[in-house]
Amino acid sequence: MAFAGTASLVVGLLTALYAAVASVAGARTGRRALVVSGRRAIYCLAALLIAATAILQSAFLRSDFSFKLVAEGSSTDTPTFYKVTAMWATQDGSLLLWALLLSVFSSAVLFLSRRSLRDIAPWATAVLGTLAGFFCLLMLGWENPFATLASPPVEGTGLNPLLRHPAMMIHPPMLYTGYVGFSIPFAFAIGALITRRTGADWIRATRRFALIAWTFLGAGIMLGALWSYSELGWGGYWAWDPVENASLMPWLTGTAFLHSIMVQEKRGMLKVWNVSLIIATFVLALMGTFLVRSGILESIHAFGASTIGVQFLILIVIVIVGSTALVISRLPHLRSESRLDSLLSREAFFLLNNLVLVLLCLFVFWGTFFPLISEAITGTEASVGPPWFNAVTTPLALVLVLLAGIGPVLAWRRITPAGLKRAFLVPGVVTALALIALVVLTDARDSVPALAMFCLTALVLAVVSQEIIRGAAARRVITHDSWPRATAGLLARNRRRYGGFIAHAGIAVLFLGVAGSSAFLQQQDLRLSPGDVFRAGGYDITYERATARLGGDSTGTGAPISFGAVLTARRGGEEFTLRPSRNFYPTRDASKGSIGRYFEGEATSEVDVRWGLRRDLWTAVRPDISALDGPIREANRRFADASGDVQAVVIAAIAERYRNDPPPAAFRSIVSPLVSWIWIGGVIVLLGALMAAWPTPEARVRRVRSLYRARVGRELSGA
Amino acid sequence: MHPARKRKLRLVLALSVALLLAGALVYTSFSGATQASTPSQVKASAEPGRSYELTGKVVDGSVDREGEGLRFAVRDREGTESVPVSYAGIVPDPFREGREVIVSGRYEKGMFVAERDSLVTKCPSKFTNEQSS
Repeated sequence: MAFAGTASLVVGLLTALYAAVASVAGARTGRRALVVSGRRAIYCLAALLIAATAILQSAFLRSDFSFKLVAEGSSTDTPTFYKVTAMWATQDGSLLLWALLLSVFSSAVLFLSRRSLRDIAPWATAVLGTLAGFFCLLMLGWENPFATLASPPVEGTGLNPLLRHPAMMIHPPMLYTGYVGFSIPFAFAIGALITRRTGADWIRATRRFALIAWTFLGAGIMLGALWSYSELGWGGYWAWDPVENASLMPWLTGTAFLHSIMVQEKRGMLKVWNVSLIIATFVLALMGTFLVRSGILESIHAFGASTIGVQFLILIVIVIVGSTALVISRLPHLRSESRLDSLLSREAFFLLNNLVLVLLCLFVFWGTFFPLISEAITGTEASVGPPWFNAVTTPLALVLVLLAGIGPVLAWRRITPAGLKRAFLVPGVVTALALIALVVLTDARDSVPALAMFCLTALVLAVVSQEIIRGAAARRVITHDSWPRATAGLLARNRRRYGGFIAHAGIAVLFLGVAGSSAFLQQQDLRLSPGDVFRAGGYDITYERATARLGGDSTGTGAPISFGAVLTARRGGEEFTLRPSRNFYPTRDASKGSIGRYFEGEATSEVDVRWGLRRDLWTAVRPDISALDGPIREANRRFADASGDVQAVVIAAIAERYRNDPPPAAFRSIVSPLVSWIWIGGVIVLLGALMAAWPTPEARVRRVRSLYRARVGRELSGA
Repeated sequence: MHPARKRKLRLVLALSVALLLAGALVYTSFSGATQASTPSQVKASAEPGRSYELTGKVVDGSVDREGEGLRFAVRDREGTESVPVSYAGIVPDPFREGREVIVSGRYEKGMFVAERDSLVTKCPSKFTNEQSS
């Protein structure tokens, strides 16, 4: 079976190259048949890579350890759920996932645009084919996911326990979908540049893909944050780690791109800026993939030295140099069709929002690569920590949320004083009231940035609600519908506009959570024995008893042993239980002994969080198992060659000993105000983005277009 | 104002703002950075009171829990030169003897006193697998 996998990669490489060559040849000679065959070659590539993935997945499910990847990333006792995800926990498997997603996305966009963009599409096909070919080459030359072992082991190593979390199942594919998705608008931008068709056609054809890529990348980042918060045992969701930053940077430039293309569509401006943004976004996405593999920056994510860092670097350099040269050579074709009329117009605010986003990206870039910059300039490697990142990004984040409130309600070209009053009178009053209420009723005044962010959130929400209510009211006048019906009809009619508004509201809500949880977080590290009580967030929390569970930990990660604690939190009449624990995974290291290996392997914190809209109560425990060293050592000696059943009984006895007489355990408790709003805001953004990306029925588009044409015709004849 | 002059003025303004920002960026990052050092570098040339980011591997058999804190030694990635570290705060899940760690702190009288919660442990590797022996 492994041979079939490798073979499909070989055929895939050839197919991808054929797609590139045939498309270019077809475009240059004008032979449509060649172009069509190039496009179909991409479909064929997608089919081949789907087959390759199916072969690899079936090997994981069957636990076929003759596959090197399966032997290293899975085992028979790995839960099925994690067998499926183990593919992208490995370097080779994640490359296959990249190539697969790329070919599927390419097929989709080429299929949808098969009747339009006759000039640009062949060149875009060539770019996408070359890119897919690069990934096939990487796999075949250096990291073949279908490599086999001459003597397959009886049992595999198993998936790294830290990755056994539901969010980890979907986080990497989402990030990759985001990274890969941006290659579609990039390819079409390159096609547009080569053919000198730099109007808004390529943007219209790929806007939706850019939006989908942006949505997935954002969702991937959010899931990574959620995983960090609920799995990593430190209680934070963002650490400014290089790999986190690497995923944030293309998201920032992608956000800028989604906004600035509207200016090109509506007014024919910012053409150079738009192609530069999408090129930058794509390069940053490649960089994100590269950073994980290169090990050039110190990061918790930088997993060992890799064999393909150099190849990625070469690709990135080629993309940067090639695209820059192309943009420069096409500058005469990228002239703006109109000029900025006023600084108080929507396009000016789009420009401003773009500047802020790009600046934010530059700051993050500078901080992320600072160790390299510092080594190049001063000769010593130095790094800036989270405090630096927080300090430089906070003001920009505030400006960004402010713009998210102001921008969408400004008129194109120029806003009148009357329009300004109409748009901002109510939201202004709401913001002022929110400020007064916050200062008087809460202790939000202790942190000025947080207070400012709370007020800005109120502003954005007020602006968005006002727009929706006004629109619905206007609709009711015509249709006499009920309020909910009118609102639903309004949102459905102009999905792009209101989807955008909802996404803005979501971002504001998300930042509400960020501000609340970063400014007012209370953290305690304690050492407790059963019966001890501590206070956190107004709760009296009692460490009731220790727990020791064998087999089947509550979260289904396949850990054989789990030690934990039962905590009871009480406040007034309210009472609830928290059960943080720590999972122990066996190591295959024989030197730890036949019993000891169950305790000395990887261990992961299974935190328990009491989620709440006002605040989360987050707890983690680190049981002290050093007291068990003696019994474990003795058991190692006496039951070295015992059967599995006997070992299980011995382990149960040791666990029982911990449960009955636990030594003091280390606890961490965090009271994190408003942190839930981060996830809620993320979901709102997701809904807004999906709404904006949802296809408008073809028939209606045509009707609107014909109406528009009729109007333009009337105006022209009247002029 | 003449449109050409207005444009020039705008350009100058924008450029000066950009320069100012760039200056601030360079200044804050260089003044706020912590230097990354290996144990042998810290031993040889650490100035007291300066903050360093120590990188290296946890020495086998050196991890010792004492009360709230943790003591261990970090050695050069390649080599045997090592520095004792005293640390308090959360210990990342993958922390083990032999693993690569990053920890920030100051070097005082032969002991690396780490900042609270500054310990970062690299995963054994998501991509290259931990060798079973």
